Amino acid sequence: MSCGAPGTPGRPPSAHTGLAAPATTILLALTLPLWLESPYFLHVVIMAGIFGVLALSLNLLLGYTGQLSLGHAAFFGIGAYASALLTLRLEWSFWLALPGAVALAALAGWLIGRLALKLRGAYFVLVTISFAGVVALVSVNWMELTNGPLGLPGVPAPTLGPWSLRGKRAYYYLVFAAVLLAYLVCRRLVGSRIGRAFVALRENEALAESVGVNVTHYLVLAAVVSAAMAGLAGSLYAHYTRFVSPEVFLFSYTVTMVIMVVAGGKGTLAGPLVGALMFTVLPEALRAVVSWQWQMLAYGVLLVLLVVFLPRGVVPAITALRNRRAS
Amino acid sequence: MAELLQHLVNGLVLGGTYALLGIGLTLIFGLMNVVNFAHGEFYTLGAYATSAALGLAGAHFFVAVLAAIACGTALGALCEWALLRPLRAESIDTTMLVMIGVWIAMQNGELLIWGGVAKSIPHPFPTAPLVFGPVSIAPLRVFVLVLAAGLIVTAYLLIHTTRLGTAMRATFQDRDTAALMGVRIGRMHTATFAFGSGLAAAAGALLGPVFLAYPSMGDLASLKAFSVVILGGLGNLPGATLGGLLLGVAEEFGAGYVSSGYRDAVGFVIIIVVLLLRPAGLFAKSERIG
Amino acid sequence: MTLTIRDLAVSFGGVAALAGVSFDVHPGTITSVIGPNGAGKTTAFNAITGYLSPTRGRIEYDGGLLTGLRPSAVAARGIVRTFQRTSVFPALTVADNVMTGLHLRGAAGFLDVVLGRRRLAAEESRLSRDADGIIDFVGLGHRRAERASELPYGEQRLVELAVALGARPRLLLLDEPGAGMTTAEKATVTDLICRIRDQRTTVLLVEHDMRMVMSISDTVIVLNHGRVIAEGTPATIQTHPDVIRAYLGSVDGRV
Repeated sequence: MSCGAPGTPGRPPSAHTGLAAPATTILLALTLPLWLESPYFLHVVIMAGIFGVLALSLNLLLGYTGQLSLGHAAFFGIGAYASALLTLRLEWSFWLALPGAVALAALAGWLIGRLALKLRGAYFVLVTISFAGVVALVSVNWMELTNGPLGLPGVPAPTLGPWSLRGKRAYYYLVFAAVLLAYLVCRRLVGSRIGRAFVALRENEALAESVGVNVTHYLVLAAVVSAAMAGLAGSLYAHYTRFVSPEVFLFSYTVTMVIMVVAGGKGTLAGPLVGALMFTVLPEALRAVVSWQWQMLAYGVLLVLLVVFLPRGVVPAITALRNRRAS
Repeated sequence: MAELLQHLVNGLVLGGTYALLGIGLTLIFGLMNVVNFAHGEFYTLGAYATSAALGLAGAHFFVAVLAAIACGTALGALCEWALLRPLRAESIDTTMLVMIGVWIAMQNGELLIWGGVAKSIPHPFPTAPLVFGPVSIAPLRVFVLVLAAGLIVTAYLLIHTTRLGTAMRATFQDRDTAALMGVRIGRMHTATFAFGSGLAAAAGALLGPVFLAYPSMGDLASLKAFSVVILGGLGNLPGATLGGLLLGVAEEFGAGYVSSGYRDAVGFVIIIVVLLLRPAGLFAKSERIG
Repeated sequence: MTLTIRDLAVSFGGVAALAGVSFDVHPGTITSVIGPNGAGKTTAFNAITGYLSPTRGRIEYDGGLLTGLRPSAVAARGIVRTFQRTSVFPALTVADNVMTGLHLRGAAGFLDVVLGRRRLAAEESRLSRDADGIIDFVGLGHRRAERASELPYGEQRLVELAVALGARPRLLLLDEPGAGMTTAEKATVTDLICRIRDQRTTVLLVEHDMRMVMSISDTVIVLNHGRVIAEGTPATIQTHPDVIRAYLGSVDGRV
């Protein structure tokens, strides 16, 4: 099997870089609340985690099947609203509402997959944008369900037995578990025949069909899993900020997701996570110095520069550098 | 019945500008195969440039509109020359991402320059509506309709009767032959993109005074432009014109008879429905396999 | 396990690319389809493997109807094709190309993969071994870790063949396997085709190189203007008056 070249389902990184790097990362991550005490920094890391799950979900479509979804905010928002409504209106426990939200988002992903069955490239993008647009309009206009522009305040924090996961430390572990879960699912998928089918879809559909890969089936599967993960992120977001409004459908979330994946490295597993960290930490770090509009402007310019000069993203560039040093 | 006619007229005014947007994008997306997600930003630029020309230069309204169109055309040319030309050999996905970057950059640039508060663009027309039987229409909107129609006709004439237009069409029908005949391919690409962007700016300059100007107005404009292009067929000018008018009328009818909150959904639904029924994708390309 | 084609017709907007073609491909043989350009050979391949919907006709294989199935379903029935123009997964290595071709040899579904069941690992190593076997069979062992798009043309076509073999075809359709190849490369391919037939895979090929066709085929079918004009052994075809007439005056009548 290949050595994890960008865009290929490769061997898991630990196989040839040793277990040291991932083990250290996990250890650092597990003990983070102990050495990073400031609630502000914890907040940033929690948001990075939520966006990490989102970026991983978008990467599954963009990086592996090669289809760009600019409507991922819709799945994120559906997950957030579903989770909020299930806990607020139906008074479900968070632990039931979360899978419920994931399931509903997955259903939406299935719908997109079926709608966009034979569409690729720009047309797929357009359908995803249109879908997101309709969902956003519904969230604003269907007052009885979503409370319209006023949003849903007071979304309950999760409780685990006697403990409330309201605090940042506890929530951090919840998000960390979700990131780990999303990462593992992606890694397993990517290194399997399903992952190979995804990539085949991107690389040469006609050839893929000729050897028995039902590309429709795998595109829908990718859409469903991707949407489900985005829905997971949405639910986590809803119960963290404890307020859901049509703002979750803001295009800036989608833009941020795309930048995270493209900059981090699409078609790799670490890329989206690195990208998520970069683009959550960076805006916060720059916040004092530079206003939000300038940052978004920079994002636009950065996307152009990345596509032209560093199309594979940061992680593959670092890997290539490391390989070159090793040889 | 009066209501119906009123909605129809309003729809045609709106549709005329949608047609401009659509014609511009059908040239860019349909002929050049560039997925121009920044199209709506030229629309926004048109509105803001009009406002700037009026405010700064104290120009006459008509001159300001023309200046805005010129601005959009120039920026479009620059965009094509600086970004798209070096990337012409790249895949359509690459140019798509680049145009998304341009979209984000332009929108936030506009946000920085003009602020996020919606701007009202002054115009010299009286506000009292003209009444034609059961239908009333503001003079500004008459101006918009007339100018849109004029620009559409100009576009047709340019494409079909001038040497430039013929050269453009030749470039995209058969590039190699056109090159052999002495057509400067690079310039045609730049000209086409500039022209399409100029039309978008025109739409923005016309609609800006009718509604308000705000930085994210381009998002919907982009999508509606795509909707029109998909409806009318890629590269199809009459299709884009008809599609634009249809979209405008459909929106007005939808807003009037169904719900005004969902009026923007019409464009989205058109995209989804048309793409659903259209046999695009893997099997329609099968004739090219092997 | 015969491929049966009856009255197959394909029209594109009034133009009949295939105007009613009937023939059989018998198991364990190498059958070649020849004919001048535009005779409808690749169209026939596309129709058999589901890339085109025929206007008329029946295609049956091993007792089952193929007409109307999508390509992946046709492949699942054991019929795999290659393409006229080089068709590989460009960004993937040769090894990954072939592993993708082995898709049908695996059975892991979504749950198997996500839950990481033990038999998944066993399956993956089995597939890996199968892939290595196929790569060695086509002689690309030394290229295993190289990106397919970076290989020279002749080797890319071997990758294509390896990918197709990965799907464990009972009937292999080769679309101009010798196109653009040097004499040495053609010899390699010809040898591989014979070995594939010896392993009990039926081969149906479209080719322009008459020496290749006549040297290895059991049956030769000649198409012209979308119809079968002759069918028989190489010896019969080479002296068939209709065949000679069809090729006379055509640009590459290399009979």
